[in-house]
Amino acid sequence: MTVLSTHGLVARYGDFQALYGVDIDVAEGEAVALIGANGAGKSTFLRSVMGLLAVKPEMVRLEGQPIGGTPTDRMVQKGVAIVPEGRRLFTGMSVEDNLRVAIDQADRLGRKGGWTLERLHLLFPILKEKARTGVQNLSGGQQQMVSIGRALLSQPRVLLCDEISLGLAPKVIREIYAALPEIRAQGTALILVEQDVGLAQSATDRIFCMLEGRVTLTGASSVITREQIAEAYFGGSHAVV
Amino acid sequence: MQWFDALIQGILLGGMYAQYALGMALMFGVMRIVNVSHGDLVILLSLIGISLASSFGWGPFTVMVALVPLAIALGWLLQKAVLNKVVGDDPLPSLIATFGLSIALQNMMLQIWSANSRSLPGGGIESQSIQIGGIYVGLLPVMVLVFATGLTWGLDLMLKRTRFGRALRAASADVEAASMTGINARAVYASATAIAVGILGFAAVFQSLRSTVAPADGGAQLIYAFEAVIIGGMGSVWGAFIGSMVLGISQAIGFRIDPGFGVLAGHLVFLLVLAVRPQGLFGKV
Repeated sequence: MTVLSTHGLVARYGDFQALYGVDIDVAEGEAVALIGANGAGKSTFLRSVMGLLAVKPEMVRLEGQPIGGTPTDRMVQKGVAIVPEGRRLFTGMSVEDNLRVAIDQADRLGRKGGWTLERLHLLFPILKEKARTGVQNLSGGQQQMVSIGRALLSQPRVLLCDEISLGLAPKVIREIYAALPEIRAQGTALILVEQDVGLAQSATDRIFCMLEGRVTLTGASSVITREQIAEAYFGGSHAVV
Repeated sequence: MQWFDALIQGILLGGMYAQYALGMALMFGVMRIVNVSHGDLVILLSLIGISLASSFGWGPFTVMVALVPLAIALGWLLQKAVLNKVVGDDPLPSLIATFGLSIALQNMMLQIWSANSRSLPGGGIESQSIQIGGIYVGLLPVMVLVFATGLTWGLDLMLKRTRFGRALRAASADVEAASMTGINARAVYASATAIAVGILGFAAVFQSLRSTVAPADGGAQLIYAFEAVIIGGMGSVWGAFIGSMVLGISQAIGFRIDPGFGVLAGHLVFLLVLAVRPQGLFGKV
């Protein structure tokens, strides 16, 4: 069953149009990847869905209900959460306080779900060990785990992940991606923006490739070929290497 | 003995400064909003309190009971009507908006209350003293210090331990990321400013009990509050309390050296801290 879908999503920064009618959908427990070169509009797409950019209500639907342009804090209440680009943790606060903020708000907004601090500690044991440490003193991978944990504690139906592997060591990336199946097992739908095409293919069911604000290729991750991706990634006029 | 007395007087004076500084610690230290009308709000609340006392014949603590809720409402309104429109990474818009507000408030107060100095009749408590360990100290300054300590303790606990406190710290660290966790930053900020100005309700009563107030007096309170927060370190509530003590003690010792040197001594110590330890005594960054 489709949880989140976009319909002709158009977004602009002032006079600059960044998205030209993007249609993407994700079902309960499904993971889809959004790939594409820098500037293709992947992050803009996530920001538009999250209510951080102005879009028309009917352009984003959650279980069929129009929700586009809802303020971000209300979007969380409806069940959409994001692991933002650059992690965006609350500097000066401990790991535990960063996570507690999300628990507090989920509680306030009446969001129920299976994620607790204890379960998060099972998923990422280092977060328990570092509970009292200030987030600014963590390694990049540990910070990413806090950021993912914070989003999960909002008990999302749909989790948007913006380049969670960026700048991390391969071993840490594997550790983080190993957590995704458990997140999906909760019924949470995942939209992953990912630069690493191989990683995107292995971790998701379907792939959407974007180029210059449009979706240029869609297909099952296991079927789609490297050649197809390369063509969609760079546009038809470019040579495939 | 003379210097020990100066130290005690300084700590008691610091209690008064702490009452101004706490609201500033919350707004400037945590939320990073520069509120230039901070001192004028103390004066406005003092003058309202004095008028309430003379109109209804209320004692100082009845005035306090009325004034603190009024101050809370005023703070909430200030954030909703003015500051929420100018908050952001750039501190300049809030500085300009509140600078304008400061001038408007001063002129409004002149219009209503005239330039005369007034004070709140305390029914005798302003002249009572108590004996602690062989020295006599004024009852009122001790009460000021006790209230200041209690307010600092409560504010610190609220920031560290409550849902509201965590949401406020999160919104201050990264307002967009805070919204991504479901925080309604504008509502949180409105409550925080309500608390900051609410504390000024206490300060206003004590300020007008221990000395006189006139519409143009706000600037000095503003400077002391800024200095206390910066000496103590941004983001630390107990830092602002200690900063107030440092300021109070410096001034009291300065007054003993020369009656004209007191206020300047406080400013000099502030500049010294800024030069030697710009992050403040308890500053984290």
